Amino acid sequence: MTVNVAEGLVTRTALAAPKAKSGIAFRPAVWLSAVFLLLVVAWAVVPDAFTSESPFDTDVDAAIQAPSLQYWFGTDASGRDIYTRVVFGARSSLLIGVGATALALVAAILFGFAAGLGGRLTDGAVSRFLEVVLALPGLLLALIFIAMLGPGVATEILAVAIGSAAGYAWMVRGQVIAVRNSGYVHAATALGHTRSRIIVRHVFPNAMRPLVVLATMGVGQSIVWASSLSFLGLGVAPPAPEWGAMLDAGRDFVSTAWWLELFPGLAIVGCTLAVTVLGRHLQQRIEGRLA
Amino acid sequence: MTAPLVRVEDLTVAFGAGNEPVVGGVSFEVAPGECFAIVGESGSGKSVTARTLLGLAGAGARVDATTLELHGKSVLGNRDRDWRQIRGREIGFVLQDALVSLDPLRTVGREIAETLRLHRYGSRSKRRERVLELLTSVGVPEPELRARQLPHELSGGQRQRALIASAIALDPPLLIADEPTTALDVTIQAQILDLLAAMKDRGSGLILISHDLSVVSRLADRVAVMRDGLLVEQGPVADVLTAPSHPYTRTLLDAIPAAHRKGTRLSATALPPTDPALIRPPSDDLLLEANNLVKRFRGPDGVERTAVADVSFSIGVGETLGIVGESGSGKTTTAQLALALLEPDEGTVQLGGTVWSEATEAARRPRRRQISVIYQDPLGSFDPRWTVRRIVEDAVPAELYPDGAARRQRAARLLVDVGLAEEHLDRRPLLLSGGQRQRVAIARALAPEPSLIVCDEPVSALDVTIQAQVLDLLADLQERLGLSYLFISHDLGVIHHVADRVLVMREGRVVETGTAAEIFGAPRDPYTRQLLASLPLAEPEPVSGGPA
Amino acid sequence: MTARRVLARLAGVVGVLWGAATLTFIIEQLMPTDPAQTILGGAGSKPTPEQLAAVRVQYGFDQPVLLQYLRYLGGILRGDLGTSYIRKQPVAEIIGQQLGSTLTLTATALVGAWIIAVVVTLLTAHRSRALAALGSGLETLLAALPQYWLGIVLLVVFAFTLHWLPVVGDGGPEGLVLPALTLALPLAGFLGQVTRDEFSSAMEQPFAVSARARGMSDFGVRWRHALRHAVLPGLTLSGWALGSLFSTAVIVEAVFVRPGLGRVLVDAVTSQDMPVVVGVTLFVATIYVVANLLVNLAFGRIDPRLRSAAH
Repeated sequence: MTVNVAEGLVTRTALAAPKAKSGIAFRPAVWLSAVFLLLVVAWAVVPDAFTSESPFDTDVDAAIQAPSLQYWFGTDASGRDIYTRVVFGARSSLLIGVGATALALVAAILFGFAAGLGGRLTDGAVSRFLEVVLALPGLLLALIFIAMLGPGVATEILAVAIGSAAGYAWMVRGQVIAVRNSGYVHAATALGHTRSRIIVRHVFPNAMRPLVVLATMGVGQSIVWASSLSFLGLGVAPPAPEWGAMLDAGRDFVSTAWWLELFPGLAIVGCTLAVTVLGRHLQQRIEGRLA
Repeated sequence: MTAPLVRVEDLTVAFGAGNEPVVGGVSFEVAPGECFAIVGESGSGKSVTARTLLGLAGAGARVDATTLELHGKSVLGNRDRDWRQIRGREIGFVLQDALVSLDPLRTVGREIAETLRLHRYGSRSKRRERVLELLTSVGVPEPELRARQLPHELSGGQRQRALIASAIALDPPLLIADEPTTALDVTIQAQILDLLAAMKDRGSGLILISHDLSVVSRLADRVAVMRDGLLVEQGPVADVLTAPSHPYTRTLLDAIPAAHRKGTRLSATALPPTDPALIRPPSDDLLLEANNLVKRFRGPDGVERTAVADVSFSIGVGETLGIVGESGSGKTTTAQLALALLEPDEGTVQLGGTVWSEATEAARRPRRRQISVIYQDPLGSFDPRWTVRRIVEDAVPAELYPDGAARRQRAARLLVDVGLAEEHLDRRPLLLSGGQRQRVAIARALAPEPSLIVCDEPVSALDVTIQAQVLDLLADLQERLGLSYLFISHDLGVIHHVADRVLVMREGRVVETGTAAEIFGAPRDPYTRQLLASLPLAEPEPVSGGPA
Repeated sequence: MTARRVLARLAGVVGVLWGAATLTFIIEQLMPTDPAQTILGGAGSKPTPEQLAAVRVQYGFDQPVLLQYLRYLGGILRGDLGTSYIRKQPVAEIIGQQLGSTLTLTATALVGAWIIAVVVTLLTAHRSRALAALGSGLETLLAALPQYWLGIVLLVVFAFTLHWLPVVGDGGPEGLVLPALTLALPLAGFLGQVTRDEFSSAMEQPFAVSARARGMSDFGVRWRHALRHAVLPGLTLSGWALGSLFSTAVIVEAVFVRPGLGRVLVDAVTSQDMPVVVGVTLFVATIYVVANLLVNLAFGRIDPRLRSAAH
């Protein structure tokens, strides 16, 4: 389970966010990450361009075969081609990853700005509410919602979004407050600019900046959460191709058929790493321009 | 003739291969019992020179010299192990700002004892005794209590004394002090300088690094002036400061705002002709009137502090009111109240004869054009994403220049008026120097065509030559445009130079008020007198004279 | 810290917990499925209306919501978290039985994570650029790894291939190594990043120069000065780290087929056994909030900078 950076750090300390000061300096990593992510997106959008078979075709005679020229990633217990399933699995992972993050961010912006810009009462109310939600660990919150609504893609998106929204909201609030108290907002007030002008021209753009990085890394984390839920049997129903579910299914054979676990796992890990590398690179570039 | 403590000949320090040396060809000597000062602005290489004497020039430094001797022994080839014997025992090092120069997570006593422990001084109880002895000798009261506390629990002056104690723990014959009083209030600064002078009298050698010539004149016997890594001049203090031979030293001395420089330019810059639109006609009216202002704050621990108590003042057209005080005196809060960015708990402020502090923000907004502000750190007051052009354009009032193109033109004109070039327009302030940033801030402050500009420590963060240029700019603008200033500073020399009338503040109260001549020539209040007495000696009139 | 502030903090903690309990109660009430149905055997069974009604009366579902809420709160204060729909056992009892295993795992992982993070930081921080990049890259990698994949990989390598460690733990210490490592490594990556940044920053501070100027060696400065500063931000995150570990133990227990709260939770979610789901979540939330409080109280005194940051 990828650690929820936003939730922990912002909740408890304003000090040490893992800024990319000591970040990854070499460029090849960034290029590789970008290329890999593009590939995954391509898999999600046009899977048929990458494989001629269907992820649902079973062939009992070809069950549990090691990777070969015919089956690049080998086959699973029902004889389905793992490569094809990995390619088709990209869609649901990306859907949930991007969808959940987008949903969480929208909620976070609403709550964060309300708290940051509102008066003491609004801020107090929203902050207390966020603190309460943050006390419930994200994954568990997601689990609760799955328990309530039953498994399914839409539920997963909602559950993962709810689990991560509070952390993002807390960060947005922190940013909005920091900007509101900044020297340039004071200077703008001293110039006689109206509040709405200051919000539109200064507060919003500056508060949103770090969110870009957060969103990027958040997608990676959402993908992991989604596949974790599937791994636990709480996600997308079989026989739909989904990376986490594939890992769950292959667990029983892990000692003999390593390819069942390796390739879906690599897909997930690859996405997470690529997204983290890109996120840190973005962070370095944004900070380099501003600080 | 006693052997010199330090002998340096042709010292060169460079970082990285092929880079310009940070220190080039520096030579000097320091005798026991004398104070040798190295003076220069930022980037001059004075700190690096001092640290090289400890082997702490920095990672990747290449040190080269004909002679580099301490106590007659060459230290050129020293390895870290050899240096560790010398540091602390033969040389003590004092940095500025004990708040960050002492480990904030360790008690004061342990920091001092560390020197003793590293050089194997006695047993633990003997070390404890010595720590208390040292704290007493540097003048820290209640040493048993203080030794057990963390640095932030001591006052600024006590902290600096403790830092000095840790440096002299083993009674080294040489002490190097790098800007030891820069972070301190002027009264505390005087006490620390007295302490260092006493140590010098006892026979220690002292190398003092400073950008502040007045501090140097108080303490040093001989002084060297550095610029861009080169040592341009050195000699006895009296000679260098009264009859400097190098033009840079002369520029440096001329740039210092002080009594005899009032009314004259500090730098050699000139200003282009001004835009007549900005000129304010002379008048007898009062621009700003503050009456019995009171402002209280509630601290994080719940205790209420009175930041400003019963402060009244007025500013007329074309005049400069200076507010001077040490930290915690309430001068910045007063500025915020004058700008109506803070609401006073009691008292009123009137701008141009009409209500200001008591009006609603909506009523104030259109009138905010009349009063502008510049800060100590202009960078913090700029939106980090904006270019210089956008920053200034944003301040040009739409009522006066409704057309976008007209605003752009106006912004460009303003930047030229403050002495910046067109090429700076499209840069981000991050890429400009401190002086240039402050000019951008001034341009922005001029854009709404105000009558009054509040200047909150506008030159405190600048090198003295740059400070001179900015002060000259402000003076020029005042003369040509009839502007008024509310000028806030902790630097008495600056206030004396710029202000017509002066307000002396202490702990939120006005202690004394009068014209600059009255305050600085014949102060009545004991605190004002103490402030002025704490000033290191002003240097005597330079023979060369400056640009008039 | 004054007694007044401690009390204020305590009140805050109680407030948050009350809020969390209320929130979970509301969520429970919003369940689309009928709890009575679940109790009587889930979706598959077909209980008669009389049976449903009897269960409702027995569990108090027929009473007004407000009354149920008050009984719920009262129960929590007494330590009664309700009764599992499926197992028919008090939730508190279930938690008690499974807690030990999860707690051991979590505690071991936390300690392990810290040791790894500190060692890597000491060895690679603030040295040559290559070393720093290596250490930093390693940490990023570790922090980004999904727990379950790491667990499976470790299982394959150490248990199935090398046969150094057992596949399924028997309760002894060997069975703890792989699961704890799986939990510890990603956290170590994250803690390492935080620690390393602070360490590098501390080594550049003036007090480090002061220490060297007294005659201290580079290693001495690292060990006696920088390290203390470096671990501070990580320590203040301990409360959150504990909560996060608990929740990810869910995954790890599934991978390694270990008994513990994780298994209980997953089973409860699958069978929609809400009291257990809610009970475990509230329990973890309590640990998280209390741990945070203790950390804040302890460290607020040591580092004054933390006092303002902790808000």
